[in-house]
Amino acid sequence: MAEPYAESPLATYTEVLSRHSVPGRIDIAERPFVAQVDVRVDPKSPAAERIGTALGAMLPNQPGEVAVAGELSVLWLGPDEWLILGPEGSQETIQDTVNAALDGDHAAVVDVSANRTILSITGPKTRELLNKGCALDLHPRSFAVDRCAQTMLARAGVILVCRDTQLPSYWVIVRSSFARYVADWLADAAVEYGSGSG
Amino acid sequence: MMLIPCPWCGPRNEIEFHYGGQADVHYPSDPRSTSDEDWAHFLFFRDNPKGVFTERWSHAAGCRRWFTVHRDTVTNEIHPDDSASAARTVTR
Ligand SMILES: [Zn+2]
Repeated sequence: MAEPYAESPLATYTEVLSRHSVPGRIDIAERPFVAQVDVRVDPKSPAAERIGTALGAMLPNQPGEVAVAGELSVLWLGPDEWLILGPEGSQETIQDTVNAALDGDHAAVVDVSANRTILSITGPKTRELLNKGCALDLHPRSFAVDRCAQTMLARAGVILVCRDTQLPSYWVIVRSSFARYVADWLADAAVEYGSGSG
Repeated sequence: MMLIPCPWCGPRNEIEFHYGGQADVHYPSDPRSTSDEDWAHFLFFRDNPKGVFTERWSHAAGCRRWFTVHRDTVTNEIHPDDSASAARTVTR
């Protein structure tokens, strides 16, 4: 019988991304296989509160807010929708935790780990690079650590997460089918930061 | 390019949104007794003002919520809908 295996959407891009990274200026790499669970529930319901208690962080109720609980991050995607990120392989545990907290109440809990992959972009040129294809104000003043936004990067729908404003470091969470396009776009946009230019 | 104020995410580029046409077009309350002419008006007839138009938008590339704004069709100036209930109701 065939052994099931996982291959990330950017499995063949490791070399391309590292070749277009520029030490000390910009680093682009995939963070594959991060567990992702989408939760939709009435934000004012007791169930939402129980989920927060079970996860260790209340489901954030401010647009673009990210709540962190240990190894989990909970991203606000909408007033009744959240994306829970966890370590590789933790999707079933996350779902079990949320479902147990629901205790039969109405909600949607879906493993969407294969829906998107993550591009991690780090270095002093990161904001400049992202703003070539994204109109959001990424200055820490308006997009600080643990803020997220669903928006468009080079016309592709993405979720942006600010991980660190000092380095700085951002996550671009992108649909698997758009991952290679966005990776190509990022690699091209980073060319000018290479040695001897920019 | 218009900057459209999503009641949840704040001002975003027009390309992130889906247009939903005139706001406050209500489904007939008694469909069984609605005349063909009234159906036609419900389905196909819309205001086309030169000036302020109340319309629906969906933040398709963002939070995916529908909301209402008042847009001046001459200047494209957009003003959020002030009725807080309309702006921040959790709808699917
Ligand atoms: Zn929005």
